[in-house]
Amino acid sequence: MAVQKLPLAKALNESLRKALETDPKVVVMGLDVGKLGGVFRITDGLQKDFGEDRVVDTPLAESGIVGTAIGLALRGYRPVVEIQFDGFVFPAYDQIVTQLAKMRARSLGTVKMPVVIRIPYGGGIGAVEHHSESPESLFAHVAGLKVVTPANSSDAYWMLQQAIQSDDPVIFFEPKRRYWDKGEVDTEAIPGELHKARVAREGTDLTLVAYGPMVKTCLEAAAAAAEEGKSIEVVDLRSISPLDFDTIQASVEKTRRLVVVHEAPVFFGSGAEIAARITERCFYHLEAPVLRVGGYHAPYPPARLEEEYLPGLDRVLDAVDRSLAY
Amino acid sequence: MTVESTAARKTTRRSSGTKRTASASTSTTKKTSTRAEAGPVEPELVQLLTPEGERVQHPDYDIDLSVEELRGLYRDMVLTRRFDAEATALQRQGELGLWASLLGQEAAQIGSGRALRDDDYVFPTYREHGVAWCRGVDPTNLLGMFRGVNNGGWDPNSNNFHLYTIVLGSQTLHATGYAMGIAKDGADSAVLAYFGDGASSQGDVNESFVFSAVYNAPVVFFCQNNQWAISEPIEKQTRVPLYQRARGFGFPGVRVDGNDVLACLAVTRSALERARRGEGPTLIEAFTYRMAAHTTSDDPTRYRRDAEREAWEAKDPILRLKAYLENEGHADAAFFEELEAESEALGKHVREVVRAMPVPDHMAMFDHTYADGHALVDEERAQFAAYQASFEGGEAE
Ligand SMILES: Cc1ncc(C[n+]2csc(CCOP(=O)(O)OP(=O)(O)O)c2C)c(N)n1
Repeated sequence: MAVQKLPLAKALNESLRKALETDPKVVVMGLDVGKLGGVFRITDGLQKDFGEDRVVDTPLAESGIVGTAIGLALRGYRPVVEIQFDGFVFPAYDQIVTQLAKMRARSLGTVKMPVVIRIPYGGGIGAVEHHSESPESLFAHVAGLKVVTPANSSDAYWMLQQAIQSDDPVIFFEPKRRYWDKGEVDTEAIPGELHKARVAREGTDLTLVAYGPMVKTCLEAAAAAAEEGKSIEVVDLRSISPLDFDTIQASVEKTRRLVVVHEAPVFFGSGAEIAARITERCFYHLEAPVLRVGGYHAPYPPARLEEEYLPGLDRVLDAVDRSLAY
Repeated sequence: MTVESTAARKTTRRSSGTKRTASASTSTTKKTSTRAEAGPVEPELVQLLTPEGERVQHPDYDIDLSVEELRGLYRDMVLTRRFDAEATALQRQGELGLWASLLGQEAAQIGSGRALRDDDYVFPTYREHGVAWCRGVDPTNLLGMFRGVNNGGWDPNSNNFHLYTIVLGSQTLHATGYAMGIAKDGADSAVLAYFGDGASSQGDVNESFVFSAVYNAPVVFFCQNNQWAISEPIEKQTRVPLYQRARGFGFPGVRVDGNDVLACLAVTRSALERARRGEGPTLIEAFTYRMAAHTTSDDPTRYRRDAEREAWEAKDPILRLKAYLENEGHADAAFFEELEAESEALGKHVREVVRAMPVPDHMAMFDHTYADGHALVDEERAQFAAYQASFEGGEAE
């Protein structure tokens, strides 16, 4: 059956399975990806079916994982690397930023870098420190990398395969607190382009832009606002780099108001880039300044405080009200 | 003493007299060509107390402890295990978000921890509850992070016990730098850095070996090889026994029976003394076993067999010392009963303290981000406070 209802995590698993089946050059690598199937079970069963050469348990060394993935890519493989949690990508950050991102440019375009780095990210699961962070802008700031994040099962399934097919390195952020949310996946559909944003809900009074885990929160906020008679449009970015400003612009020209929502700290975050560009593009359409809702300029707090730190329904609706009050 | 002078000092390798030859198999048996080429696979395991509780001798390491001291080590291990069991139970009851159990590693931690002097400094990873106990850290302090009320929760300088470190291996470089500072100060304290067999693969750990060797830093690396890094067996980290790596970096490595508290104490004490004498780092590999799951979130049935755990249960560090104490007549029924009562009381205390641990004030998120203050933090804090106050009753829940 082509259409199935799958949790986001299972959709990723099916996507990896499909990629391994289709292309013998695809290799899955990371900590605990074999017998354990990854700490979130995204690679569950893959080693059993594709063997230890295709689904590779690595030593506990992130710089080593990404550095060797670069070498494998140079040799014609398409490594899909799993970083166990957001906060553990930094030992590999050097390899990603100084090597992976720049290899193509330095070789005058002769070298391909089809490496996908999967990172479960974001908070809301009550974890200890370094397990809840949203470092996407640290990667989006680096030229040469693509940064994407699905918000639902269908995108999880399709975007991961598109990322694997890309000849550029892709940082693939997975919204870990949405892993267990079910959604429809049509495995025979023709997927949308990897880097196009999607209007997740139509509206006329204000645009909410979000990605990854915050899309669901914004859809809930829009539903709550509808009960108060407000018509909110929700745009799911899907890709942070490149970023589809056209879709946001079209939405803002219609609604004239924009609020950007993400979990990462607001300061120097992706919302700042969106606000600046949309202000340039839509200055005469805007009825209110672009507002941002996100994390604070403080270390990600301990689990018992994360609900205060993370943007929830109330904080999103509060920003909606502030924007509408202009 | 400066870094330069210690580096220049000629080192005498105390353990270089120990010949590392292949001996009886204690390690894994999987054979690969890499292993065969790597030289002697089976290490010499320093042991002073057999699994049956018999005292044995070792040519390089000896220890002479009073009955009181022997009982003390036993008490430390029993109470640490009890604390650990209590924390595991509290996690099951929803009082802790997560727990990383030390079950099976009591001897490695108490043995090494009791080798320390007050002025020494410890850099733990996240499972060193027994070492914290030896340092006099209130055990309930260890639970805040796992309950989710703080991200550390104690002043490292009050007991010379650094904060738990979650990013694997990072602390070994901090330990090395701290030790370099000790050498610069001309002090004679030493540093003990803990990490796991998995972490030994990290770049940071290998860089700390380079730095400590080059600067002859007074640091002892204590690797608890508990055979597993979550689901990855030791074979996925190394093809030579870990202690042998030290030689390549230019300092001695020793493998000790990590379930033998006497051997762990003797070997660590000797390495710390060596560091104090300005003779540089040592790598100790405590050969032990993680008897519980990696953490309470882990499911070891997916990757390892019960039989393996059962084989290691026969080497239980606590039963081993108990047998010795009983055989030698060092402890009677009254001692064990008293300890049992103390254990109960500790469990009760831990339960009570954890349940009463308050959720921190929401504003605490912003505290201590900077020492000097920061305009943006002040602004966001004020906005947050106003936002909280906007809810009915002023205090949002
Ligand atoms: C840099 C980094 N990568 C991954 C993790 C996730 N992680 C936490 S513990 C662990 C296994 C550690 O094994 P080991 O070093 O042997 O110590 P043990 O837990 O067995 O005591 C992993 C992979 C982490 N904490 N830090």
